[in-house]
Amino acid sequence: METSITVNGLRKRYRVGGSQGYQTLRESIVSRFHRARSGGQERRDSAEDPNYFWALDNVSFEVARGEILGIIGSNGAGKSTVLKILSRITRPTAGRVELYGRVRSLLEVGTGFHPELSGRENIFLNGAILGMRRSEISRKFDEIVAFAEVEKFIDTPVKRYSSGMYVRLAFAVAAHLEPEILLVDEVLAVGDTRFYQKSTDKMRELNERGMTIVLVSHHMWLIQTVCTRGILLERGRVAAEGKPQVIIDHYRRGVQEGTAKDTNGSASDAQVDLRLAELTPFGNWASEREATPESGIRLNVVADIPSHPCVRAFVRATSPDGFVYFTLYSQRFEVPASRRLSCEGVVPRLMLNDGDYDIWVGICSDRETEEVLAETHFPLVVKDGHSFGGSRGAFWNHATWKMV
Amino acid sequence: MIVTAPVELKRESEANSLALPPNETDVSAKDQPRNRDPRGHSRASAAKGPSLIIEAGRRTGLELDNLWAHRDLFYILVWRDIKVRYKQTILGAAWAVLQPLFGMVVFTFLFGRLARVPSEGEPYAIFSYAGLLPWNFFATAVTFGSNSLVSTSNLITKVYFPRILVPTAALGAALLDMSIAAVILLVMMPICGVSYHLSLLLLIPLSALTALTAAAIAIWTAALNVKYRDIRYALPFAIQMLMFLTPVIYPVTFLPTRWRWLLRLNPLSGIIEGFRSAIFGRPFDFIGLAVSILMICLLLVASTYVFRRMEDDFADII
Repeated sequence: METSITVNGLRKRYRVGGSQGYQTLRESIVSRFHRARSGGQERRDSAEDPNYFWALDNVSFEVARGEILGIIGSNGAGKSTVLKILSRITRPTAGRVELYGRVRSLLEVGTGFHPELSGRENIFLNGAILGMRRSEISRKFDEIVAFAEVEKFIDTPVKRYSSGMYVRLAFAVAAHLEPEILLVDEVLAVGDTRFYQKSTDKMRELNERGMTIVLVSHHMWLIQTVCTRGILLERGRVAAEGKPQVIIDHYRRGVQEGTAKDTNGSASDAQVDLRLAELTPFGNWASEREATPESGIRLNVVADIPSHPCVRAFVRATSPDGFVYFTLYSQRFEVPASRRLSCEGVVPRLMLNDGDYDIWVGICSDRETEEVLAETHFPLVVKDGHSFGGSRGAFWNHATWKMV
Repeated sequence: MIVTAPVELKRESEANSLALPPNETDVSAKDQPRNRDPRGHSRASAAKGPSLIIEAGRRTGLELDNLWAHRDLFYILVWRDIKVRYKQTILGAAWAVLQPLFGMVVFTFLFGRLARVPSEGEPYAIFSYAGLLPWNFFATAVTFGSNSLVSTSNLITKVYFPRILVPTAALGAALLDMSIAAVILLVMMPICGVSYHLSLLLLIPLSALTALTAAAIAIWTAALNVKYRDIRYALPFAIQMLMFLTPVIYPVTFLPTRWRWLLRLNPLSGIIEGFRSAIFGRPFDFIGLAVSILMICLLLVASTYVFRRMEDDFADII
């Protein structure tokens, strides 16, 4: 396996409090004076110093060529700091990074766009800022314009663009970078769904041509469908590493517990263990991967339940960002003497509209609190090819009409 | 259509932790192997060693190769500044003409007529314009340059490039203004009865010296401004004061001989005297120019050193 990025013992310290931002001359003179009085020593070892905080605390990982690495974690976990160091925007306090190949970073769409300049001019400006040569931009110019779908407005100042056009143009420039390593921060959340699809397709295409991609996102669906591997950061440290799905489960569990505890191998003996969770199509599906509103699903669950006498199985449909459409519980199941419960459930019709969903399957307690004992989830795409106007609203339904 | 077993998102855990098979919805979408690289440089790069190493610590070298690699960005930044300079103004580029013209009219009236400042026997209008030409350029460039980093903070925090490009590119628009103002000079010279001399060509290297002086000050103040916003308030005042410490509206000979050396430490003195010699076709004060060049070199070295030392922290403190 060829290495693309090696990160070793990366640490980054920030100052907190009033002086983190810019200083005035007086503050600086005063602090220098204090330092001189305290023996001229800069407080290097500041583990307990409340004025400093470690945004990254000994982060190490490797990325192989051709991987798409997703980095997730709650706000302030250090995701963006990693990207900023990898892209040379800021320096680490300690540690070492080795990059094998040309690096370009995309921490924001449309960095440096000037509102007074036309789309054409901004393509050249933004391209140069992202590190493209002028000749390279000229060569790809037509392609960029076509990708952004702004042909008609290419000579209009971008301050007159709609926000959608603006984002499309900005992303189009970025999509035509040809680095060997691409660093991307939370930038895809801005466009509409169709453009989002186009962008992720482009990312996969670039990756298939050998590009290594490091992606920071809150968008679990993106991490799950695009990334080949994931890293979970918690308070500046790597909390988990592995398949995107595993990482996301870790993260979700951490978020649900409310505290970002160390989720690594902390399973207690009494914990319910999902041995198998399977989702298979039931009824008509549009294609292998796409359900329709009228499609159904079949769920198979096998779980080891060491301590609960009775449990219920459940299935829940949510949007990727957690909006719950429905939760359906089974009747009470008595756990057999083997402590292994095996059950099957069918949802004959999903009745979900077009969109991306997460289907959660799991076991919960039989008490009124419906405490979730174990769960996992699957991505689901629903496409409705028939309805006029693509059937609008949160729920799908069906009506028969006739003229009278 | 009935599909039998398509969404095989099957999970079976071996131990306590969930160990999953590869995400199969993903794999089915592409049949090609992932690690293929048509450009074929991937095999070689691993053997070559890392192309970039990032470590803690500070860089102080100028990294000229890195600057050269980013030359297109430099041109584009200059071009952008010029392009947006007079956007959404009614008079547009006419401002580049009006500013020095107004200055000359006011100074000629105030200092030439009322205060009767000597102009070494030359028409005061041309005399003061010859000083205002490089001075206006210097003042505009430094004002622009010192704010350039702070006003491009959106770039600094989002993209890497050698930061020194920003304050130096800010000089471009001011240089264009000066070129326009120079054309006005050429028009006014015969009107005021000053004939053309071949020495006018020397204005080009003299302008280059002015640009280097402005670059040095802009680089230094731009870096300081990121950390200490005091600069923003102190600088306009300092520039105003400096104008009176520079022979813009008066000749060096206006001062008593024993104080003239002090004036010469200001690199702009030698340059402005040079401008006048070139315009009026008079002999050059080579010692004065040599002192100016020496001072410019010192300023450039010092300011780049300060800049490079502070550069790494820009994104964190801007």
